[in-house]
Amino acid sequence: MTEAVFYFFAAAAVITAAFCILSRSALSAVLWLTITMLSLAAIYVLLSAEFVAAIQVLVYAGAVMVLFLFVIMLLNLGTTTSDLRGPAAVAATVVIAGLLVIQLAALWRYTPSRLASEVAQSPAFSDPAALFAAGELARQEAVTRGVVGGVAVPLFQVYLVPFEITSILLLAAIVGAVVLAKRRI
Amino acid sequence: MTTGITLLGPALGLSAILFTLGVAGVLLRRNAIVLFVCIELMLNAVNLSFVALAQLHGASGQIMVFFVMTVAAAEAAVGLAIILAIFRHKQSVDLQNINLLRG
Repeated sequence: MTEAVFYFFAAAAVITAAFCILSRSALSAVLWLTITMLSLAAIYVLLSAEFVAAIQVLVYAGAVMVLFLFVIMLLNLGTTTSDLRGPAAVAATVVIAGLLVIQLAALWRYTPSRLASEVAQSPAFSDPAALFAAGELARQEAVTRGVVGGVAVPLFQVYLVPFEITSILLLAAIVGAVVLAKRRI
Repeated sequence: MTTGITLLGPALGLSAILFTLGVAGVLLRRNAIVLFVCIELMLNAVNLSFVALAQLHGASGQIMVFFVMTVAAAEAAVGLAIILAIFRHKQSVDLQNINLLRG
């Protein structure tokens, strides 16, 4: 059941992403990307990262996409001519797609138990939960502290300094955006 | 409850597919706004692999996702402001017309 739901949302994400990069108008590209992000939020729930899913909907599908839409409405582009690049870019895209196929073929043979046995360097080791103890610990933490607490406690203890530096980054971005958006530049 | 671990491989595959779609969009399109949209798509693909691997390595992967989201929001704000400034100069967001730095 979980796998069926996962593959449904995965197919939705891939199809809407393809529409996003192929749609002519920037407006519909942004709207297709919003659906991709909502599908990814559903997949985050399946991967037991419920808080990240909520933030994905609020910040990405909400705030960032609204920012894009505002800029598109401000620009008033209104052109529907195709803006695809020439054959060199198409060749580069085909090369990258070929690399992707090779990657996926390599990934296809990997299961978590095989990954665990290779990391442990003994072919008999097949229990990923026992080898990757940090993941199991985090799952128990989420059960005892709740979904938000399991993320918040390490965020405000181990990652406190990067978290505070983030505020400086956001301040710099605010000042930069305001300066750039001024009338005379 | 090991649903996350069983979906590790498919989630990483989906992440690779979405990242490649983002790269293809950056390579193929000339519209600056669509370029930004494709960059957001790539950042989302990376976030997906962070969340998938957080199943094995604890909550650090999920915390990294928040940092990536912060950087993405800052990047979108500054980048879109740059696009607005360029549009005021050139009346276009087509990258073919923006060659001030090409010398």
